Amino acid sequence: MAKTAISLTVNGEKVEALVEPRTLLIHFLREQLSLTGAHIGCETSHCGACTVDMDGQSVKSCTVFAVQADGADLRTIEGLAAPDGTLHALQNAFREWHGLQCGFCTPGMIMRAWRLLQENPHPSEAEIRFGIAGNLCRCTGYQNIVHAISAAAATIAGASKEAAE
Amino acid sequence: MNEVSETRAAREEKLQGIGCRRKRIEDIRFTQGKGNYVDDLKLPGMLFGDFHRSPYAHARIRRIDTTKARALAGVVAVLTATDLKPLKLDWMPTLAGDVQAVLAGEKVLFQGQEIAFVVATDRYIAADAADLVEVEYEELPPLVDPFRSMAPDAPILREDIADKTEGAHGKRRHPNHIFTWEVGDREATDQAFRVAEVSVKQLISYQRVHPSPLETCQAVASFDKIKGELTVWGTFQAPHVVRTVGAILSGIPEHKIHIIAPDIGGGFGNKVGVYPGYVCAIVASIVTGKPVKWVEDRIENLTATAFARDYHMTAEIAATREGKVTGLRVHVLADHGAFDACADPSKWPAGFFNIVTGSYDFPVAHVTVDGVYTNKAPGGVAYRCSFRVTEAAYCIERAMDILAHKLGVDPAEIRVRNFIRREQFPYHSALGWEYDSGDYHTAMKKALEAVGYQALRTEQGAKQEKFRRGETRELMGIGVSFFTEIVGAGPSKNCDILGIAMFDSAEIRVHPTGAIIARMGTKSQGQGHETTYAQIIASELGIPADNVMVEEGNTDTAPYGLGTYGSRSTPTAAAATAAACRKIRAKAQMIAAHLLEVHHDDVEFDIDSFRVKGMPERVKTMKEVAWAAYNAVPPGLEPGLEAVSYYDPPNMTYPFGAYICVMDIDVDTGVAKVRRFYALDDCGTRINPMIIEGQVHGGLTEAFAIAMGQEIAYDEMGNLKGPSFMDFFLPTAVETPHWETDHTVTPSPHHPIGAKGVGESPNVGGVPAFSNAVNDAFAFLGATHIQMPHDPWRVWKAAEALGLQK
Repeated sequence: MAKTAISLTVNGEKVEALVEPRTLLIHFLREQLSLTGAHIGCETSHCGACTVDMDGQSVKSCTVFAVQADGADLRTIEGLAAPDGTLHALQNAFREWHGLQCGFCTPGMIMRAWRLLQENPHPSEAEIRFGIAGNLCRCTGYQNIVHAISAAAATIAGASKEAAE
Repeated sequence: MNEVSETRAAREEKLQGIGCRRKRIEDIRFTQGKGNYVDDLKLPGMLFGDFHRSPYAHARIRRIDTTKARALAGVVAVLTATDLKPLKLDWMPTLAGDVQAVLAGEKVLFQGQEIAFVVATDRYIAADAADLVEVEYEELPPLVDPFRSMAPDAPILREDIADKTEGAHGKRRHPNHIFTWEVGDREATDQAFRVAEVSVKQLISYQRVHPSPLETCQAVASFDKIKGELTVWGTFQAPHVVRTVGAILSGIPEHKIHIIAPDIGGGFGNKVGVYPGYVCAIVASIVTGKPVKWVEDRIENLTATAFARDYHMTAEIAATREGKVTGLRVHVLADHGAFDACADPSKWPAGFFNIVTGSYDFPVAHVTVDGVYTNKAPGGVAYRCSFRVTEAAYCIERAMDILAHKLGVDPAEIRVRNFIRREQFPYHSALGWEYDSGDYHTAMKKALEAVGYQALRTEQGAKQEKFRRGETRELMGIGVSFFTEIVGAGPSKNCDILGIAMFDSAEIRVHPTGAIIARMGTKSQGQGHETTYAQIIASELGIPADNVMVEEGNTDTAPYGLGTYGSRSTPTAAAATAAACRKIRAKAQMIAAHLLEVHHDDVEFDIDSFRVKGMPERVKTMKEVAWAAYNAVPPGLEPGLEAVSYYDPPNMTYPFGAYICVMDIDVDTGVAKVRRFYALDDCGTRINPMIIEGQVHGGLTEAFAIAMGQEIAYDEMGNLKGPSFMDFFLPTAVETPHWETDHTVTPSPHHPIGAKGVGESPNVGGVPAFSNAVNDAFAFLGATHIQMPHDPWRVWKAAEALGLQK
């Protein structure tokens, strides 16, 4: 099948690639770029295991074509820690609060939470629950995920307050 | 010694041993997207396989034409039953003593059955080519209703065994009959019912559901023709058994098969069995000489691999007028689908369903289970429960409520009146089990007090009056469930998988610096084994858990074990871990005594060190002993410090718990809202309370999903209705209630550390708690039993049937 050239930014790095027009973004990320953090859980955009961030929005990369990401700025779980390896507050909080078990939904869940906290830096429990409703978890029953996101929000708020002072 | 001069509490804290809320080791990689799941694997030259599947539930295959599929650029091979037949792999044995078609050659028996396996250079081409396979069918009448399976005019499904009157589990009465399993005293039970002052009888159905872990089943098979070695990375909850069965089936020597289960994205029983996809990937790799990856998609997963439940249970309880139970009789009609691929220990065709007497002191009981074939997918796996235990718990917990309602006794009170008392343990149940330990009255009392049970009943009474007066359209339900599980299969005298006894194992090596590598025969799918086994080792050996690396899932390096399912890891492999540690400690004690120049009986172990009895200042730490094990062992002792233990448990363990659910139901919409859910679990010794609570949260959420909406439903033609997450109910964070957890601790008397296993308790106890709450809400209006799942439409229909809809 004829291939199309795309050019995009992934985790801050410029990427140029040839893809089939029908290639899904999740397959492009996982198989062409070897970014296997995001997973495939349902192929019908229900589970959110494939969630990545595209141009300031959470997207389910199993229902986006790679060609649609041409020119886009993408961030995946692999690009969440600081360049020096320091983990993001969400990554720490998910571990601290036991917000994961099998780990399969985790990359998508954390990336969704990352965007949620930018949309709403101080979410209530109900807002967190609604905000991650597009991401399914079969292991945790969500309670500790909600705690983790809430705790990360507090950490981030504390850090930015400190920085301002 | 610095370390020894620290306080005892500080030394213990440093270990992060048993009882510690240790943060998980696994999370470091998972939170960074660095897990290592099967589909992450990429091998040079790897091909992709995909299935062509049957659109019909029951049809004869007239012709399979793969010409167009083969002609597509990028297609390397297309396998059909004809290709598998010379290898004797067109059929494979199931764990239940039946056989299952790997690829259908003559007949299809369920919608979605595998017919052809297409192998291509990428997954898109494989999917395209799968669509190009052409099959000509002759449709046959489908058999969907299990109650019709043994009708004289029912279509015969399994022509391959139609004339066999004897199955793996005894006599077959009809070509669609698989087995009858009977346990208990029929005569004495019948007599109890003949003289009973009161009795109740109810058909209680537990609908077909699916474990649906977020990661589907998948494998990469790679056959090395030169070395004659096969390596398979796959989603295997029981990798060693897969290797043994693989060796027997393929003829490849067992030592030349390498089975590797990497990180697994949830199992819940879905990944115990062997599926056609695994077999086809292996054959395709042998045929093509290239690695072959097979990844099922979600629709395939829900359609074809491993349903659970589908038990139709007619329960009868005999009792006195005071509500003391005198007998239990249960008949089960079990729908096993097209092949009996039930994942139970081989001698247990209905699993441990005979735990159905539950937490109650039934003097007599009798159970029969009839397994039948239908035109549905095979399975019958233990979806987050020990084998058929959740069905049993649901059955008895609903039946006890029905009895309570008939007698006008409170559901909590009827349970308390019939509990097995603390002093009766070890307790021999009427259906043959020896319950190891329990303290049910204490647990129930704690639960009732925690939720303010009496006040809830008073509030409910007031609400019922308001409802009767037409002042509200909301009903309140209180669901009480008190479950007893049976987990940790199992003693080898009772339990085996295809002849392999169900022990489990641990192999632990202490290196010179005190760093430890430990390997087990189990396989975590999210339970956190890397974290918790290390805690046991830390407590047993006095080496910090952070210095322990736990490995599972590689059959080359891990000791032989039966895998993780049925909450068996803690009862079996954790016991093996403690046992291996104690062997190491015994040797370490000899070395320590040598270093301290005393007799080994004169030293004792204390947290992290050996000390001379009565001389606490004369000490050697375990770390020092580890070093000495490699250079200063006493004469006659071998160097090194390692041990292996194969632990055959003397009995199973019997975790229990009291769950209470408070629900508000809107009669006009059928929407049931969980106001409060309290879960008290007693799993014996608690290794990591954080992980236990996480397991309970997750299991309750799955129980909520099952009770309140999940169903693998078929239409009358055998078409699966809604096999995607659009229709199959997986709750999101919005629907999922808040969970309250609590505990009592009754250690198992026979387990080395007293632990019992917990992962499945919340599913087993949770389902009846939700269902009892829904039923309890409607009971005062005359409802006896409303079948699951309790989704809004069905709840609305139940209200309508009671004349509550205007």
